[in-house]
Amino acid sequence: MPSRMILVANGQPFDAAAVPRLPAGEFQQVLADAVTAGARVAAYFGQPDGDGPGAVRVTAVLANDAEGRLGVLSTVAGESLPSLAEECPALQLFERELAEQFGVVPLGHPWFKPVRFEHPLGGAHPPWNRSPSRPTLPGDTPFFAVSGEEVHEVAVGPVHAGIIEPGHFRFQCHGEHVFHLEISLGYQHRAMERLLQGGPTRRTTTLVESIAGDTVVGHALASARALEGLAGREAPRRAAVLRAAALELERLANHVGDLGALAGDVGYLPTASFCGALRADYLNALAELCGNRFGRGLVVPGGVRFDLTAAAAARLADRLAEAWTRVEEAAGLFFDSPSVGNRTDGTGQLDEASAARLGLVGPAARASGLKVDQRRTHPFAPYTTAHVPLPTVTSGDVHARAWVRLEEARHSAGLVDRWLRDLPPGEPRLDLPALSPRRLVVSLVEGWRGELCHVVATGDDGRFLRYKVVDASFHNWAGLALAMRGEQISDFPLCNKSFNLSYCGHDL
Amino acid sequence: MKGLLRTRFHLGHQTIAWPDGPARFPERFRGRPAIHPERCAEGCHDCEAACPTEAIRGAASKALALDTGACTFCGLCEEACAARAIVFTRDPRLASRTREALVVGGDEPQRVAALDARMRRLFGRSLKLRQVSAGGCNGCEAELNATGNVQFDLSRFGIQFVASPRHADGLVVTGPVTENMRAALLATWEAVPAPKLLIAVGACACSGGPLAGSPVCADGLAGVLPGVVVDLWIPGCPPHPVTVLDGLLRLLGRLEHDEPRLEGAGVAAPADPPPGVT
Repeated sequence: MPSRMILVANGQPFDAAAVPRLPAGEFQQVLADAVTAGARVAAYFGQPDGDGPGAVRVTAVLANDAEGRLGVLSTVAGESLPSLAEECPALQLFERELAEQFGVVPLGHPWFKPVRFEHPLGGAHPPWNRSPSRPTLPGDTPFFAVSGEEVHEVAVGPVHAGIIEPGHFRFQCHGEHVFHLEISLGYQHRAMERLLQGGPTRRTTTLVESIAGDTVVGHALASARALEGLAGREAPRRAAVLRAAALELERLANHVGDLGALAGDVGYLPTASFCGALRADYLNALAELCGNRFGRGLVVPGGVRFDLTAAAAARLADRLAEAWTRVEEAAGLFFDSPSVGNRTDGTGQLDEASAARLGLVGPAARASGLKVDQRRTHPFAPYTTAHVPLPTVTSGDVHARAWVRLEEARHSAGLVDRWLRDLPPGEPRLDLPALSPRRLVVSLVEGWRGELCHVVATGDDGRFLRYKVVDASFHNWAGLALAMRGEQISDFPLCNKSFNLSYCGHDL
Repeated sequence: MKGLLRTRFHLGHQTIAWPDGPARFPERFRGRPAIHPERCAEGCHDCEAACPTEAIRGAASKALALDTGACTFCGLCEEACAARAIVFTRDPRLASRTREALVVGGDEPQRVAALDARMRRLFGRSLKLRQVSAGGCNGCEAELNATGNVQFDLSRFGIQFVASPRHADGLVVTGPVTENMRAALLATWEAVPAPKLLIAVGACACSGGPLAGSPVCADGLAGVLPGVVVDLWIPGCPPHPVTVLDGLLRLLGRLEHDEPRLEGAGVAAPADPPPGVT
């Protein structure tokens, strides 16, 4: 990576002043060159700049996965910046977000629409001629339309047929055949970043745990590591292992549950029923640890709130080992069934090049052959010695996404077993001092959906000047839209479940 | 086929014994809080200072109470209170017919009054519900989904979540009700034929929960649907599936036993101090 950015490691704090402030043209050039050369956009966000009214400091965080480094660079923008979205599709949603939050219009953006229908942050003037006082109307913009004889449009949502979060899907179809899918979100927007601003407060951890309620441990861990970095302390080894075990339990619960849900979506009821029940073993394991089935209250800055005795940990490990043999059986039925294969093989394909250009992360990226897993590429203890395997499939279809999840669940089960049976001695928690002022930290955690990125900047008083959250879903929704091209609309639920993205995590 | 039968045999019977038998909860499960104002140390506000969601009322007084509708059951107040004036029991029964009754000031179990005879006749043996997430983080949604799995098996009671509001007898709402979901929520409610029930699930729907005070959320379901009374409040973050089932079944007059039916240590909070809490 060029030297026009500061290079840091995951969780390593640095002086906010050390981030290069490049002229806009140079910033764009460095950004485009790096992304074209294979860097991933982990975050790209604005914040009000001290230099004058209307000035917005734009910061980009680029991940170099091969070297395990993060590059941070910035510029100061006024009302607009030339768009890089055509060249770097991974930036397209970030640019729209920047426009919506801070009024910086990406000139020449190929599909310039609001992201969340949110009110601007920091008093910026909202583009799209929206008045700041008018109630926002999500989805109230033109959609990409295909015209022609017998071409028709199918609109689904925001309220869906199951117990799921809301979002709007607009399909352009010819009969069953899908030409194009546009996904319009924002219904779940709760002003998460705005509420985090000015922290840390006693609500910070609870808020972070609510970014996505199925990724409680992941987001709490990303946040805790960011705060520990800013306070200049590292969590004790025992805490690091306990919360990594919890992160893997969260991965197991979701992967096992979703294998069941995928089976349900193709009407293969044995695995649907079995995995639905087996998922509970992992949720209950989290509850054994901290009293809550989703791991709420476990991870705090400085460590964990709950410890396990060696005997309790061994009992838990025994129960989980038994559960895993049942998962292997139940999942085996799914993968061995020809009628399942008939529905999953070749369905919802996303090729490696497209996945890379869109900046996909997590199991969805790995199913298309991308070698991204923060546990391997930007590891922290105890993942530094966990030997997380990288994927070996490239087919990028529903089958691949299911298979990758079983493979990594198997590895997670092994890790949890190893860690629970050999917990390092010591304290599970330390007290954090106040956060250092004028510092910045980038904290990456591989949640079960993929990369969770928290970028935290402190002001002169050591409080959060900006708290930027990027959930894996923010990168991956575009992948689902692309995977649906040329598919049957009736396969949408199956494709959707194979990605299983978060609405809340995207909408914040 | 052989493999299928073998797996079926290995997994065995999965549906929980509750409500006829006891339900299993982990030792550290935090259910209904028991409040002992008489133990309050004078001038002490430690519980208030620890609570992330401002759920504590009247600290350091005889009026000490915990609003379970705002509570995330994180247990930080219990941890902070040296006098043990707030203790979380393992009683999973948390639901209430009124918002006010979610504010707990003693150690009495929550009792959900059943619907009137007419409503019980209509819905008692078959209740179809439509769910709307209005800013729910997918925690409550996940537990509501779990009520339908083979373990909790909601449908054995004649209760079902259905795909269309037109097929529903009531609406279950999760989330603090975001500005961006308000119109869709109103439209869905309108589409449910009367007579119909309205049920709030989770801390967010009860009070805004962790999102209380958000400039783009409504602090929960109260008052969002003009003139509509919420029939059942089910607190928790998220509520355990048994908490949800217990609330629904008592609302329908289908559960009358008074004891909580728990396996193992029973309702009592774990020994003093709570094990494992550091």
